[in-house]
Amino acid sequence: MLVQCAFGDDILEIWSGITEAFWLLVTLDADLVEITLRSLYVTLTALVIASAIALPLGALLAVRRFRARRMTIAVLNALMGLPPVVVGLIVYVMLSRSGPFGVLGLLFTPTAMIIAQVIIIVPLIASIAHQALRELWSDYHDLLISMNTTQTQRVQALLWDGRRALLTASLAGFGRAIGEVGAIMVVGGNIDHHTRVLTTAIALETGKGEFALALGLGFVLIAMAIAVNLAIHVIGQTERGGRW
Amino acid sequence: MSNLFPVTLEGASVRRAGKTLVGPVDLELQAKGVTIVIGPNGAGKTSLLRMMHGIARLGGGSIRWACPPEEARAHQAFVFQQPIMMRRSVLGNLTYPLRLAGQSRADARDRAIQAATEVGLGDMLDRPAPYLSGGERQKLALARALITRPELLFLDEPCASLDGRATREIEEILTRAAAAGTRLIMSTHDMGQARRLASEVLFLLNGNIHEHSPAKVFFDGTPSAQAQAFLKGDIVE
Repeated sequence: MLVQCAFGDDILEIWSGITEAFWLLVTLDADLVEITLRSLYVTLTALVIASAIALPLGALLAVRRFRARRMTIAVLNALMGLPPVVVGLIVYVMLSRSGPFGVLGLLFTPTAMIIAQVIIIVPLIASIAHQALRELWSDYHDLLISMNTTQTQRVQALLWDGRRALLTASLAGFGRAIGEVGAIMVVGGNIDHHTRVLTTAIALETGKGEFALALGLGFVLIAMAIAVNLAIHVIGQTERGGRW
Repeated sequence: MSNLFPVTLEGASVRRAGKTLVGPVDLELQAKGVTIVIGPNGAGKTSLLRMMHGIARLGGGSIRWACPPEEARAHQAFVFQQPIMMRRSVLGNLTYPLRLAGQSRADARDRAIQAATEVGLGDMLDRPAPYLSGGERQKLALARALITRPELLFLDEPCASLDGRATREIEEILTRAAAAGTRLIMSTHDMGQARRLASEVLFLLNGNIHEHSPAKVFFDGTPSAQAQAFLKGDIVE
């Protein structure tokens, strides 16, 4: 009897979460719109910066044979599992008043959150990009060497011709960044109207016992993640008919 | 136009994992004609071509072109046994070498359309290259290799897995290229093809050049016992 009751309560909780989310969306709740946009801003900015670093890095690791290459790849793979809270802590120490970058006054700003997310997703994107481009490079190797290409030209060819696989790498990075809470909580501080984003808001509401609101925010987060993924896929495929 | 020939190989060899794949080769090639490289499987035909082109590292000896090596590399192209298709359209594959050479987008496009038409791919410019049939791929690879007007073209068994029609089309393209002054060095398994195209023959056996003679002498004269056995279709070791 007791178990059933608890079960019923859970269902009720989820249901009220869905209704809450529905009303938040339908009424375009100002706070919700604000923190959703901030979530998108922080994560998309971090994604663009991280991709600009990680995709060429992945290509370079595929194309170039240098002494520390194996080591670099091993380290990148290991860093894929970097605990976000630890990254947050390190960025916090770096940006705090007494830290080396304290003078910039970045702690508890969206910029600090972007920095932390870039550090978290660069290894992930670079590692997946490297895996994908390694295969492409083994196809292209003889041809591009025969054509006397420079290293830069090889990297460019791989990045362009492997763009579909790289999209997947970037989307994996987006997925990790948008749902991340530990690091941005530490460096952002979850300050209302300043650094509050969807994930930190969910953590806060859960802590306060406002499960329905937390669930509502959670559904919005999931819906947004799916929407961004779909949007990027649609853009990627309409660009050219063929798939490879 | 610079001049690559004569090219001289002295004791040139390629090794991998302690094993000599080809060489030491002593060879001098002149500027004219179509050199056909034949020999049994594993004789080192592919390695010889790759070594001369510079995509297999020289394990010993030397290769001397009549011009500086970088210049020589810039005037060569290579067609592989398995054509390497870039994941682009037919047009994209053809414009790539031109863009590398610094041509403008518009010029490269015009030239690529012309080249595609010449090899009969004019109506599939926007088709993704990896989706072409075997014969179409090899024709595209050939057009892509010829589009920069190289002085020397290496071909590694370009018709190995093609049907008769595709083979004939490729031979026509090659004959045209040779007539236009492109020096061809090509390996093949197909003795009929060797007879049709060759002006001189390199017969390879166990990684060494066993015979280097004009095509007439090789096919109709009296080559060595091993070459005769090979031409008869016997297994030569």
